Parts: sequence; structure tokens; C-alpha cells
Amino acid sequence: MTERLVIVGNGMAPGRMLEHLLEAASGRFAVTIFNAEPRVNYDRIMLSPVLSGEKNFEQIVIHGDGWYIRNGITLYKGHRVVAIDRKAKTVTSDHGVTEPYDKLVIATGSVPFIIPVPGKNLAGVITYRDLDDVEAMLLAAQSRATAVVIGGGLLGLEAAAGLKARGMDVTVLHVMPTLMERQLDPAAGYLLQRAIEQRGIKVLTKANTRAIIGQDRVEGVELEDGRIIPATLVVMAVGIRPNAALGKEAGLAVERGIVVDEGMRTSDPDIYALGECAEVSGRVYGLVAPLYEMARVAAARLAGDGTARFIHADTPTKLKVTGIDLYSLGDFADGDDREEIVLRDAAAGVYKRLVLKDNRIIGTVLYGETGDGAWFADLLKKQADISEMRDTLIFGQAYQGGSPLDPMAAVAALPDDAEICGCNGVCKGRITAAITSKRLASLDDVRAHTKASASCGSCTGLVEQIMKLTLGEAYNPAAVQPMCGCTTLGHDDVRRLIRAKGLKTIPAVMQELEWKTSCGCAKCRPALNYYLVCDFPDEYADDYQSRFVNERVHANIQKDGTYSVVPRMWGGVTSAKELRAIADVVEKFDIPTVKVTGGQRIDMLGVRKEDLPAVWSELGKAGFVSGHAYAKGLRTVKTCVGTDWCRFGTQDSTGLGVRIEKFMWGSWTPAKVKMAVSGCPRNCAEATCKDVGVICVESGYEIHFAGAAGLDIKGTEILGLVKTEDDALEHIVALVQMYREQARYLERIYKWAKRVGVDEIRRQVMEDAQKRKGFFERFVFSQKFAQIDPWAERVAGKDAHEFRPMAELRFTEAAE
Amino acid sequence: MSAADWIAIGTIYDIPRRGARCVATPQGRIGVFRTADDKVFAIENRCPHRSGPLTEGIVHGTSVTCPLHSWAISLETGEAQGADEGAVKTFAVRIEGDALFIMLEALATKAA
Repeated sequence: MTERLVIVGNGMAPGRMLEHLLEAASGRFAVTIFNAEPRVNYDRIMLSPVLSGEKNFEQIVIHGDGWYIRNGITLYKGHRVVAIDRKAKTVTSDHGVTEPYDKLVIATGSVPFIIPVPGKNLAGVITYRDLDDVEAMLLAAQSRATAVVIGGGLLGLEAAAGLKARGMDVTVLHVMPTLMERQLDPAAGYLLQRAIEQRGIKVLTKANTRAIIGQDRVEGVELEDGRIIPATLVVMAVGIRPNAALGKEAGLAVERGIVVDEGMRTSDPDIYALGECAEVSGRVYGLVAPLYEMARVAAARLAGDGTARFIHADTPTKLKVTGIDLYSLGDFADGDDREEIVLRDAAAGVYKRLVLKDNRIIGTVLYGETGDGAWFADLLKKQADISEMRDTLIFGQAYQGGSPLDPMAAVAALPDDAEICGCNGVCKGRITAAITSKRLASLDDVRAHTKASASCGSCTGLVEQIMKLTLGEAYNPAAVQPMCGCTTLGHDDVRRLIRAKGLKTIPAVMQELEWKTSCGCAKCRPALNYYLVCDFPDEYADDYQSRFVNERVHANIQKDGTYSVVPRMWGGVTSAKELRAIADVVEKFDIPTVKVTGGQRIDMLGVRKEDLPAVWSELGKAGFVSGHAYAKGLRTVKTCVGTDWCRFGTQDSTGLGVRIEKFMWGSWTPAKVKMAVSGCPRNCAEATCKDVGVICVESGYEIHFAGAAGLDIKGTEILGLVKTEDDALEHIVALVQMYREQARYLERIYKWAKRVGVDEIRRQVMEDAQKRKGFFERFVFSQKFAQIDPWAERVAGKDAHEFRPMAELRFTEAAE
Repeated sequence: MSAADWIAIGTIYDIPRRGARCVATPQGRIGVFRTADDKVFAIENRCPHRSGPLTEGIVHGTSVTCPLHSWAISLETGEAQGADEGAVKTFAVRIEGDALFIMLEALATKAA
């Protein structure tokens, strides 16, 4: 008979437990999950990359909705369990749902520790625990204000780095003398502090918070010594404590966490607990590796294996801040019975320390170069006697063979039981076996089958080396994603070869680059058409049959097959005459919806395709041209009223916006380009989330780029400050031309900038005047062929076949 | 009742290569497609997924990709390609010189 398994909590530990359980005893349990968070199971370790913008939420989901459906699991999202009735064997949620159980698993995780100071409940004070916290931080970061992070541990520093990456002014307050003192010795803590400060984050150690000050919202943090640090956002990241409240109310044995035995069972034999809320042999855990081990044990026990036991093991610590490598493991406190070996290279920023006891490694701290972490960990785990290699031990595994070996050899030399992925407890032998037996060829496959490098990802390099060793030549880590199924070449290669070979038509590209299909597909054709338009504006004949319908008919197709029409309103400025013309068109053609867009334009929706030329003709009479609201091209330049009207305006932002739009309209780009010009740093035109934005200041024009406010949210990067309007135009045009020439089709500016590097773009556009001039001139040349109003052309008869049926057949009057 | 008829709809030059036009009929719109090598196909102009107008899609090989959500439909069989499932009606096409005819049933039923 199926037993009813109810799980309270849907974090990473119970998620992993379910995976094991479905593998070992599929069908044995009918599973119901209550999740207080209104979402599916996601990789909490990766919240920091989401915060910094390196990943988005979809990329860190572990189990999507489909997984629960496929496995017949009932998931109550947004339900907090408020009561467990152990006598009746039921649980009840805050929404009043009651479910009976045969076996219950409590996995309520932990709650962030809030330091008990005045002001801790003010608006703007948040913790760092789940996606809601990240979203709150991202929202605050949009205002580019100042943040204080309380806590210089792992979470606090990751939060600080993320907020800084999002453009905030960040100060870290840490109560101890050095950062991450629980995982790092003072020397490594010092190096870490220096690296954090080099990123522009202020660090105050020995900083004891006395109060958080502010009226309704947080305004700053007051320290014990009386100093006040202004802040509009305060992130408390001082630690976590097990969330054992539910277990306690149910009368289970609770100390710091819910007490469980080595089989994860609580004081009630039908109730298990695991994850951060559980306490085993007096210890509670917060890192993922032991939590996953608990998941394995609990699943085995539920499946009937009474021998599975949880055994404590030290877990290495790594910091997920891009560009900072640190690794620590075990016990590294000083002591009379201990010896240490230290290697310092101040110039290279490398610090390595091994703590030995009786010729065995008991702890290690590595900073700046962490490649040997796995090897030291293996020696520590095995209690290996290192006296033989003591002289060279600190230089790492590569030096033990006498001569320096390459990193591949180091990985080859690792024994099969050496742990590669600390998060998921995967050893080298398991990876090798999976690659061979399941014929895995890609990193994603290896991750799917073994989970190695699937959590924090810091062992990805090691996993790739193992793949290379196992697969030999067959493994090609640098394999590029082909453009589509028609070719093996990636976008960058295709662009390069088009230029190198001077290929000027789509058939020529397909022939010379050995396309596998006769005339491409809906993915490659629009891309090739763009690349050719961009590279040969004067010679290439635009292939409209290779354009997506919107660009072919110069309107936006809607779900019902009708179109939307958006005329250009330069800089978002309009007039009575224009508005009257729009009103007349709407009435004349019976257009069902008129809507103001986010880019300061007017959108007429629901226009029949047959009516488009007549609609454009009427609009054209009032002076309107196409607004290109359908194009992978320049869309809109949004403006505020600047010095014309605004008492804060510093420059003529409207004028500059109109000027940019008149200069750049009609140009095709790899993906759409939206711009804005704000007349002062209050930024009413919202320029800091645009592809290109300008913030006017007293001293000139601050040019921004690479923002996003769609699928992803990202504040802009600053390209630089220029003095005059002419300079601003030249720099913006050069930037866009560089993007046009280098980006992949459908790649927005922020993605392109991330790929090629913001510094590189700044170097070419801001610093290299000759390059900038070249970009500018090529853009101007290309505009000669692009600035033709497509609506006027079609009113004059171009592509008339597009807008009417080929034939209209009626019922025939059949002869009597 | 009249049987199916060949009905003249125009010439092959009315349709751009790797393009399409639609024919309005009392039973709905039919898409007429011309491939790169001048083959002509006629299919129901309604994607089986969300009813997108297939004539507005990009024509490649003997398939068209729907403009709404990128389903690829075979012009020869009317069936969705790849992992998607669904099909549209197909209609026979005859080419005489440049002139195009499609086979339509029951256009005269109303009067009959």
C-alpha cells in the first residue's frame, strides 16, 4: 500500500531527499509538500550570482513545476505549516489545508539572526535568505543609493559584492577584527579585506552596531563609537539559527535544532527532520554538503535501509565572489601541539597555510590560488602521513613528482575516491564511471547524471579536466554553440568569415560556409540578413523573405493576426496636430485599442493588415514616419523636459534626445535598442535601465549603457563623462556601431557587454579616439541607406502584395 | 452537389520566392506558398498551435515557421515538425504554365 509522506519545507535538502527516494523506492509514497515560499525548489547557494546579475532565477531552479507533476507530487506553494497533530498524524497549513501522514519530514531550514538593536524593524532593513530578499535588494539597488551590510562572513560579503556590482555604494560592518574569522586565519582575512576594498567596497572591522536610525525608513547605522554611516538599505547577514519552532510546538526534542539520531529520526519515530533545522550529535549545519548527506541518509531510511548513517565531516568553505579565490577546511587555530607551513607571495596575492598535527594535515587555508584544495582535503580526510613530502607539500600536488607537472597530470594523479564536488559529495571515480558507462560528452550531461559541479559550480574546472582525461580528444570544452541546426559554426565565426571571405549574399554564405540545408531556417536566415545589412550597407540587397514578419511589413503582429502601429514621436514630444491626426485615424479605421507605451509613444492596436498602407498614408500626411516599434533597431529615445521646464534640469535633455533619435533612426541593430536622456541625476527618463542612457549633470553628459529592464533587470554601466552635446552624440553613435559590428544576432547590449567586457568597450569607445571616429564614420555611412521611411515607401506601392490576398473566392451560384 | 473543383487563384509570380500569399475563401483563409525552387503548396492558414497566420512566417526548404510561436509546419504534409504535435489541412495545387489552381471542395454547396 502507498504510504503518505508529508514534507514541511521545500528547500535544497528535502528536494535532494526526494530525488534519492524516487530513485530507490519510486511509488512507495504518495508525497505532499508544504512550502512557505510561493515557488519551486531552487539553488539557494546561487542567490549571490542572481544578486550580482551573473545568473537569473530560471537558471537556478532545481525542480521546475513539471518535475512535481511528472512525479505525482502535490506541492502547496505559499503554505506555511502552523500545526502538527502527532496523535491524529496530520499537519495543517495557515491556509487551512490539513493533510494526514504516515511519515512526516520536517525541513523548515533556518531563520536569519537579527541583532537586537533599536531600529531593527525599520523599512529598508532586510536579511539575506531567499529570493524575496534578493528582489528587495535589487529594487533598492535601482536607486543607486547607499547600502550597509552588517556581517563580514560568507553571506555578508557575497551580498556586498552583489550590491556593489549593481551600482550601490556599499559599506561592510564586521564586529570582529578580521573578515570571515571562522573560516579564515587573520592573514587570509587581511588579504580578503584588501581584495574587497579594491572593488570599491568600504570595510569597517571591530564595528559594533548600536542602533539603526531613521524615522519611517532606515537612514543610517550608528556604531558604538558614535560614528553614523548613512544608508538607505541595511542588510543583516550576521548568521542563521535553526528554525525549530514547529518541532518544539509539536513536543519533539529540541535543543539548538530539532534533535535527530544518525538516521535523521526525531524523538517521534514517524517524524524525520533534516537540513538546517536539524541537530545531529550536538551539531547544526549550514553548508550544503552535510545537508545533502542528511538527505541521502533520510531517503535511505525512508526506503527501508536501516544501515544508512550520518557521519560528521569537515566541509570546505568557498566564497562565491567572482575574482576572489579562497578555500578553507578543517581546524586551523594555533596550538602547542601543532605545526604550520606557510607560503606567501605578496605581489601575486597568494597565501597558503597548512596546519599539521603529528605529521598529518588537520586544516588548510588557501587564498589567491586554490587549485590544490581538493588534494589537501584528500590528505586530510585520509589522515595521510606527509613526512616524506613535507618540504614540498605546500607547493601542491604538482611538485610531488620531482618536476612540475601540468594541472591535468595533477587531476590524473588524484585517486578515485578523491572528492571533486564538495557540495554534492561526488568523488572522481563516480564521475569517470558515469562518463564511461553512460557515454556522457558534455558538461551539462555530467552535471545531470552525477550532480558534480551542479551546485555552486566552483569545481567546474576540475570536472572538465576529468572529462578531458576520460574522453581524450573526444572532449572539446570550447565547443561553440552553433547558430542553428543548419551549420556547425557559431555566430562569431560566421560574422568573421563573412568579412574575411567577402560573402555578400545569403546563398554565398550558405555555399561557402557549407550550410547543411538548402535555404537555412527561421533562426539563421534573419541573423545572416542582419550581418550582411550591417557589413555591406551599400552593396547588400536586403532579403525581406529572410526577415521576421514584423520587419517585413513594418508593424507588430498581434496574437490574433492583426497589427499594431506606433508612429515616431521624436524624444516623446508631440503636438495638437499630431494627436488630432492619430485620433482621426483611430476613428476612421475603427482601431479598437489606443495605448501609451513605456517608451513615450502612442500605440494603435488591432489594425487589419489590409488597412496598414491606408493608415500609414493618413499618418504620413500629418508628418509621421515609422516608429520602428517592431524592429531589431533603434526603438525610442525617452526624455524628460530638462532645462526647458524643469527647475532641476542641468542640460537640454529633450533636445539631446530628439537629436540622437533623428540621427540614429532607421538603423538596424542585432537586437532592439532603447535609449533615454535624463536632464539631471533624479533621472525621470529612467536612463539607467536602458541599452544606452544619458544623465545630464552640470559638468556635462554622463553616458550609460548595458542596462536592462525586461526579462532581466540590470542597472547600466557608466561609459564615461563627456563635456558637450556633440561629444555625447559621437560617443553614443560609436558605442552602438561597435555593438552592431560585434554582437550576435538577438543579443541585447547588456549581454554583449557582459561577454566582451565593459572595460574593453570603454577602452575602444572612450579612450581610443581613432577607433571611435572609425565607428562613428561607418555608422554615418550606413545611415545613408537606412534612413528611408518604410511606411512612405509602402504607401507609394512597395511590396503591395504583402497587404492584400492573392485571390478572394466567393460562393458560386451553382446552376439549377 | 458539386464535386471538388480546380479553382484559378492567380499566377506563380504573384507569390515571392520563399514567400506566401493568402487566398480568402468562405471556409477561411488558405495559404499558398512558393519555395526557393518554385514548388507551390497550399495549406490551411491557421497554425494548429494558436491559430497564427502561417503565410506571415519564414519559408525554408518545404517548411514554414509560424510567426507567433515558431512552430515549423511541413508544407507537404501539413504536420508540425520536431517535438510539436498537430497538423493543418493541405490542398492540392496544379500549375499550368504560370497559372495556379487549387482543389477546393464544396464551394458551391450553399447554392446547391
